[in-house]
Amino acid sequence: MPPLSILIWLPAVAGLLGALFARGSDGRGHDGDGREASGSGDDRARKERLPGVLALIGSLAALALSIGYIADYSAGAHGLTHVTDLVWISELGIHYKLGVDGLNVFLLGLTALLFAAAVIAANLRSWERPRLFYFHFMLAESAVLGAFLAQDLALFVAFFDLMLIPFYFLIGGWGSGPDRVKATIKLVIYTLVGSLLMLAAAIATGVLAAQQHDTSITFVLSSLQALPLSNASQEWIFLFFAAAFLVKMPAFPLHGWMPDGYRAMPIEVLMVFSGVLSKVGAYGFLRIVLPLFPHASAHFQTLMLLIGLCSILYGSVVAFTQTDARLIAGYSSVAQLGFITLGIFSLNPQGAQGALLQMVNHGLVVAPLFFIVGLLAQRAGDSTDIREMGGIAFRAPVLASLFLIVALATLAMPGSSNFVGEFLILLGVFKAKLVIAIIAFSGVVMASVYALRVFIRSMHNRVGPDVESRELSVRDGYVLVPLVAVILFLALYPQLALHRSERSASGAVAAAHAALSPTPSSSASTSASAP
Amino acid sequence: MSPLTTGLLATTRLHGPHVDFAGLSPLIALLGGAVVALMVGLLGSARIREHAVPFLSLVALGTALGLTIWQWNAQKSIVAGALRIDDLSLVLNMVLVAGGACAVLLSWRSLAAHEAAHGEFHALLLTSIGGMSLLAAAQNTVLLFVGLELLSIPLYVLCAAEMRREHSLESGLKYLIIGSVGSATLLYGLSLIYGATGASDFSAIERAISSSSSLSSDPLLLTGIALCVGGLCFKASVAPFHQWTPDVYEGAPTPVTAFMAVATKVAALGVFLRFFDVALIDTQATWGPALAVLATLTIIVGNVGALGQSSLKRMLAYSSVAQAGYMLAGVVVGTQLGVRATVFYLAVYLLMNMASFAVIVARERETGLGDNVQSVAGLGREHPWLAWPMTISMLALAGIPATAGFVGKFYLIDAAVDGGYTWLGVAIVIGSMISLGYYLPVIAAIWMRDAPAKSAATGGVGATPPLSEHGLPVMAGGSSELDAELQAPTEPQFEVVLVAVLAGAATVFFGIFPQPLFELVRHAGSALGGLF
Repeated sequence: MPPLSILIWLPAVAGLLGALFARGSDGRGHDGDGREASGSGDDRARKERLPGVLALIGSLAALALSIGYIADYSAGAHGLTHVTDLVWISELGIHYKLGVDGLNVFLLGLTALLFAAAVIAANLRSWERPRLFYFHFMLAESAVLGAFLAQDLALFVAFFDLMLIPFYFLIGGWGSGPDRVKATIKLVIYTLVGSLLMLAAAIATGVLAAQQHDTSITFVLSSLQALPLSNASQEWIFLFFAAAFLVKMPAFPLHGWMPDGYRAMPIEVLMVFSGVLSKVGAYGFLRIVLPLFPHASAHFQTLMLLIGLCSILYGSVVAFTQTDARLIAGYSSVAQLGFITLGIFSLNPQGAQGALLQMVNHGLVVAPLFFIVGLLAQRAGDSTDIREMGGIAFRAPVLASLFLIVALATLAMPGSSNFVGEFLILLGVFKAKLVIAIIAFSGVVMASVYALRVFIRSMHNRVGPDVESRELSVRDGYVLVPLVAVILFLALYPQLALHRSERSASGAVAAAHAALSPTPSSSASTSASAP
Repeated sequence: MSPLTTGLLATTRLHGPHVDFAGLSPLIALLGGAVVALMVGLLGSARIREHAVPFLSLVALGTALGLTIWQWNAQKSIVAGALRIDDLSLVLNMVLVAGGACAVLLSWRSLAAHEAAHGEFHALLLTSIGGMSLLAAAQNTVLLFVGLELLSIPLYVLCAAEMRREHSLESGLKYLIIGSVGSATLLYGLSLIYGATGASDFSAIERAISSSSSLSSDPLLLTGIALCVGGLCFKASVAPFHQWTPDVYEGAPTPVTAFMAVATKVAALGVFLRFFDVALIDTQATWGPALAVLATLTIIVGNVGALGQSSLKRMLAYSSVAQAGYMLAGVVVGTQLGVRATVFYLAVYLLMNMASFAVIVARERETGLGDNVQSVAGLGREHPWLAWPMTISMLALAGIPATAGFVGKFYLIDAAVDGGYTWLGVAIVIGSMISLGYYLPVIAAIWMRDAPAKSAATGGVGATPPLSEHGLPVMAGGSSELDAELQAPTEPQFEVVLVAVLAGAATVFFGIFPQPLFELVRHAGSALGGLF
């Protein structure tokens, strides 16, 4: 397989090429006079499409590469594979270190898949200033891939912060609604506040680890893991990291940016934002927090479990009081990420593996969900309010059945991969904290209420006032059908993900699990299996 | 033998003190350049004046840069130990010269240079750079003061260079008064330190303090240090001595503001490094915490003050206050790492600020909206070549990765945590969070808002003074012939865009490949050998 750097930077290069070599496609005032427009209309149209086509090529190539990495990754592999390790800043001990293991290999696939789907979706309509749009879009893909692949704490922080900037431009520049700029600034400040706290914490991790062990400074994760911090330092550093990741997810008390942001985003951006970016937060817990700060993870376990529980309850309850389909999907994500938090902080292998599987599942479900919300809006007079919808299924049976599959996967129907994920998570939490698991179970029930509510209100019921239903077009099918196919595939064969992530997921929680129960328990070695 | 020949013979036998011209050469190039610029400025032809003088200034700066590089790796004390030529002063010299070159380019066709007659304007600019370069190398309290005045007095005049604009005059006057108070405070402090230690040389002061057990808690010395901190804080615009900064920055001609914002800070922080981390290093336990509190205060005051400013220059003034606070963190810790981090940030700070000031200069000329944030609205569509540097600069100032600002901030926090001031590192981070509240709206204006209607553009603010026949405010002693010549440029010139693009590109380059800058500051750090 080619080095990982190619996977990371390929999308950004595609975006950059589109931005550089499609000049004149922006339709700026001075080259838009009548004579030129009539003379070379075809040429202009072609140029206008070029950035989108290049982005499509780039994202599909990234998808092919990441599928290659998944196929190449064997379940028995130990530690990192495909490692790239270069010194980036020697004075600060920062390396440009990338690597694939069971934790990130499926998230890579998810990222590449959702970005490819979103780029196809974006190509279905024409954008103002397409060169910039696709440049930011592809830069975002590169940054997200970088965050998933980084094996150096400082590099991770850099990619983590960087990925927000393209989204700032995307939402502010191409979003909808009068308050989009305000919503964007709110979103970016919220998330960057977390990220900056993480920056301080990350630097402190490197410096304090070097001081407490009297070695030279390093930020490479594997080296830092061998230099555990003192318990007192771990605790405040843990809280700073947790703030960053919980804002990104978003989890219950820190989700303030979510409603406005989700309302303002273009659907294509929302697909990847909700599908992928929230996973980076959850992934950060598994990749960084649990291995580096095992004592603090055990110390704050109850707090984090409670945050996860509150997210589930709050997200579910709000999701079935909302009438805006975007927000219903948004709050359902809060609930789903609550489950993922629970799984991670059950601090045992089952929970972690369930969380990892659920990250992939949720990404796979939420992206088509948002795309469908966009399609529904097109059929219901540009409104995403479910009160205005209704009766769409009668003239769009294919769309309705695809939506049903997605909705059933969202509510974790037995037989879906989401069911396996939630089952493993709850199994893990049952072992850790029985009471929390029992309460969390109500979240599963509530999920079916809000998921079916959206489906029934939009697809069945009385036909809404402005509804003009029509069947799923072939072009929209290009986006939706592959995503649904992947959902079905994982439902039939969840072992694909489970087997390959098993070893890494147990490895990620091993230290924290040991900190939790000083006596080595047998559960760490027993493998989790799907029901 | 005639008396004449005896006299001549006598001079050959005279041995003057040895002068190390090599070490002094960058300074000589700068001050000599100032004299040449002044003389050429007297020439009759306006065309020659307009272009020859800035060109000669650039040549002088280029020569100084070349000589600085030639002196690289020198470790010597010259002028009887009053000046220290080492890699720290040489690196600071490079930053200063780069800042000066940007200022010359920005003011090439500006109204300020025109009104102040090109010769005078550029001579003052070069003299001020000379003063800064002297300050960065000063190893003696007397020379420290001389350097400080040499840098300040030309700046007072430069601030008032746009003689027809009330705000420019006001800015010059304000700066003169506040600056003099600062200088006087500093001078008083220096004399108290001399009184306590009996030495004016930095290393002698250090020796006196370390050899005596009681001196480090001597009230005379401590008062002296406190007054010095106060005086230098005026210059570096550290809170609570920063109040002049927004007014002066806003009123001064923009190229001068750009120069002041960058170069004064370099010089002042350079003195902080040398004076506190060499002369007073043994009393670090005393001034360290106090300075750390000042740094925190500065970070908060600067960032909060910048929120909601509609004038870009005022916003950048407050932001420069905050940045001074960040850099002070490197001084506070009193370690090698701290010195390096501060110098690194100074170099980065130059790039970030020059990019945004160049854009402000360009937009001032083009829109007639002054430095209001409205002037950059819709820039992304109109002028991508200006929009990107401004965007990069704002992101870098906020400390976003892939820009040099991120690496700089990373280095500073690293130094702070390493020196046992973790809370100061957290303060920097909190400051950065607040700063997003004013940097991001500028980017939003550039990319997400439409350009304001052109017809609404009027330059004047407040009551308009009576105008002469050429549409300029009447001025005592002004001539209508000169008025006819004076015309504010109305479009962004090539050199302004060049500065913006170069600085923006360098900001990104050093954000991704910071290694060359790290090499440079490693040398600068090891110049202060007493630290570890």
